[in-house]
Amino acid sequence: MMPLLTTKGLSRNFGGLRAVDNVDFALMPGEIRAVIGPNGAGKTTFVSLVSGRIQPSQGMIVFDGADITSLPAYARVRLGVAYTFQITSVFANLSVYDNVALPVQRTLTDGRSKGAVRTGVMAALERTGLADRTHMLAGQLSYGHQRLLEVAMGLALKPRLLILDEPTQGLADSEIDNFIELVREIAKSATVLLIEHNMPVVMQLADRITVFNAGRILAEGAPEQIRANTEVQDAYLGATHD
Amino acid sequence: MKDASPAKPYALHLGVIILLFALSFVLPDYHHGLLARIMVLAVFAMGYNMLFGYVGLLSLGHAMFFSAGLYGAGLAVIHLGWSVPAAFAAGILCGALLALVIGVLALRTSGVAFMIVTMMFAQVFYLVILYFASWTGGDQGMVVPQPARVLVLGSTSLDLTSPTVRYTSALALFSIVLLITLAIVRSRYGRVLVAIRENEERTKMLGYDTFSNKLVAVVVSGTICATSGAAYALLFGYVGSSFASVQYSILPLLWVLLGGAATTLGPLIGTLFMYYVVDITSGFTSAYLLIVGIALILLVLFFPKGILGSIRQRWLGWLP
Amino acid sequence: MAFGPHLLLAALEGLVTSAVLALTALGLSLVFGVMRVVNVAHGEFFMLGAVLAWAISTAISGHPALGFLAALVLAPLIVGAIALVAERLVLRRLNYNPEATIVATIGMLYIIQQLALTFYGPGARPVEPPFSYRILLPWFGYSGYKLSIIAASAFLLLATWFVLTRTKIGLIMRATQYDSETAQAFGIPVDRVYAGVFALGAMLAAVAAVLIVPISQAHYLMGQDPLLLSFIVVIIGGLGSLRGTLVAAVLIGLSDGIISVFFSPTLAKIIATLLVAMVLVFRPQGLFGTASR
Repeated sequence: MMPLLTTKGLSRNFGGLRAVDNVDFALMPGEIRAVIGPNGAGKTTFVSLVSGRIQPSQGMIVFDGADITSLPAYARVRLGVAYTFQITSVFANLSVYDNVALPVQRTLTDGRSKGAVRTGVMAALERTGLADRTHMLAGQLSYGHQRLLEVAMGLALKPRLLILDEPTQGLADSEIDNFIELVREIAKSATVLLIEHNMPVVMQLADRITVFNAGRILAEGAPEQIRANTEVQDAYLGATHD
Repeated sequence: MKDASPAKPYALHLGVIILLFALSFVLPDYHHGLLARIMVLAVFAMGYNMLFGYVGLLSLGHAMFFSAGLYGAGLAVIHLGWSVPAAFAAGILCGALLALVIGVLALRTSGVAFMIVTMMFAQVFYLVILYFASWTGGDQGMVVPQPARVLVLGSTSLDLTSPTVRYTSALALFSIVLLITLAIVRSRYGRVLVAIRENEERTKMLGYDTFSNKLVAVVVSGTICATSGAAYALLFGYVGSSFASVQYSILPLLWVLLGGAATTLGPLIGTLFMYYVVDITSGFTSAYLLIVGIALILLVLFFPKGILGSIRQRWLGWLP
Repeated sequence: MAFGPHLLLAALEGLVTSAVLALTALGLSLVFGVMRVVNVAHGEFFMLGAVLAWAISTAISGHPALGFLAALVLAPLIVGAIALVAERLVLRRLNYNPEATIVATIGMLYIIQQLALTFYGPGARPVEPPFSYRILLPWFGYSGYKLSIIAASAFLLLATWFVLTRTKIGLIMRATQYDSETAQAFGIPVDRVYAGVFALGAMLAAVAAVLIVPISQAHYLMGQDPLLLSFIVVIIGGLGSLRGTLVAAVLIGLSDGIISVFFSPTLAKIIATLLVAMVLVFRPQGLFGTASR
């Protein structure tokens, strides 16, 4: 099977710092892949390169067999690479409905049918459990609900690859359980690339785990392998995880 | 944009148009003439609001779009002897093309740099008008001859210099642009514009080419302003470089801030209000720019949402 | 006159323009650099300086040098005080939001201009130069006062540079410019630094105006050209870069003087403004500056 996403020799420098250093990465369709690593390991830079928010210094990115290295971010989104932000950035002054309508209407080629937008919006809101908050301003939602709205917006893009950047940060435990269910649900129709600090979440969700350290891939494998990897324990688990 | 039924906003806007129409029969001559002028300039403000209010791009150069329409239409009549409809179309086209060129260049910048770049392009436009004084009349301006300002429609001809025709034409233009603006704002495109204003980076990550969307907005905004300028030349019969000066880039900003940015009726209310404030105070002082200056500072300090913006926030959430 | 001497004359005139422009633009640049505020009313502080110079020098009888010296000291102080009040009453309350402050300074521009029109009137009035010694060159005589403008400006620029780079005040200003939040955390009274910088910027414009007024007359609209030219200088030199500002001022001043001898001033302005707009579009860090934060 051909990978959905591959990067070859992907690097990004910030001044003298090599935030992402010569990364070769492959992601198979339908997978839930978690990316873990200590703070400053280059995880967010890596997914920013994939989503096109920043340009690489070197290397190439291939999505579904096509070289997307020089495509602007919006064009990658149109190909099916969706990114949800680490810091919640819903449109606080717009209603929940409008927030989701923006991605929904973009995926509609038919410019007329008003009903199609509404159907799409409600479907995404039902899946994330926000359907009863349609008319609230997004900024008035609780933090957990804003994160869910963020996911709803990502879903509404009908992505083939959904990148979730620390989605459970700041969520309560009960919310996290629902969230795990939601990601499993999403993974039926999309490949998921997940940056996550919460190890129980990672262990429950991920098919495979990629460990970043100092801008490079330190290890990659199934959750049990990673758990057993002493190098990883030294660099990451032992150091920061309780 | 909000999910409320479209009936209320449309009823309100039609009501405003009917009110303005009714006023034409009861107003004394002086106010009748003033209101015609205000409606044409409110179109200018609506064009400005399109960009400033809905997309959040603060231009300090919109005088160039207004005067592109003004001179495009006026000079077509004066030098080429074109008919009213042809000259009107020429003016609009000039503004649209200018907006396209300026948009492509200025949108490479953002924030403060966008403000300064648009101001400088407008300054260039103003100086060009002065430089080609033999065609434009320089700072004296030019009068569009009265006999040329007749709109021939089949067998009937409308004299644009007659107060009634002038008022009705101004109202027709105002109404059309108002309804177009309302439709744009409530459309999917309008939703994208607001999204760009609120968070451009996020909008990109929803798959929108924000540059193109902004460029379209600049062209729409510039075209509306040029329409206002073209109508001004044909209805009031004067083209002059003062309309291209920085002052006329600041005035629409003031009108929109006062009436309420990102409200469809705000531009009319702001223009109306400011015109009458200046009109009333002109009895005491000739320095009307003093009032403009004070109004600008008071607005940004204490009243940044403007009249309709505050009303929408407090009472009428459905106001478009 | 032959071409050579003609060019020399143009160059001298250009240096005088550069000298005044450098001071004015430095004020604009400081305010932008430290406060991130684009002060559209900067030209009006220049105009106020000139108008006050006229008022002060006519109020003081005796030798013209006396009135001029009084103006050179008092006018900038008064303008600085006005700027200080404007900063406290308006800019600070806007939290120095870049867009809101532009709108507000446009408001100030109109207010100052119209008050000058009301109280000073529409006429252009001269200020007598403090001395009227002419230096005789082989081809033409040249005003000694104009040369002294260049010297005075050079002195003031050096003094400003010294303050900025060699004193504690300068260090505080640069720290604020670099990162106002961190500066605040280290106990720098950012608030007062901003007020001081805004007043200083206005004072530099006022000094420039006092220097130029004996050769160009005071008029209520005279602030417009310096504003535009200062913008040009600050943009070409790189927003907020002091050295760039100086280099650009000399460049623009010289070329302005030389160009306006050979071209119509309107055409020169058209070309200059267009070029600067293009610089801002394609090279926003300026021709000499490095990318800002």
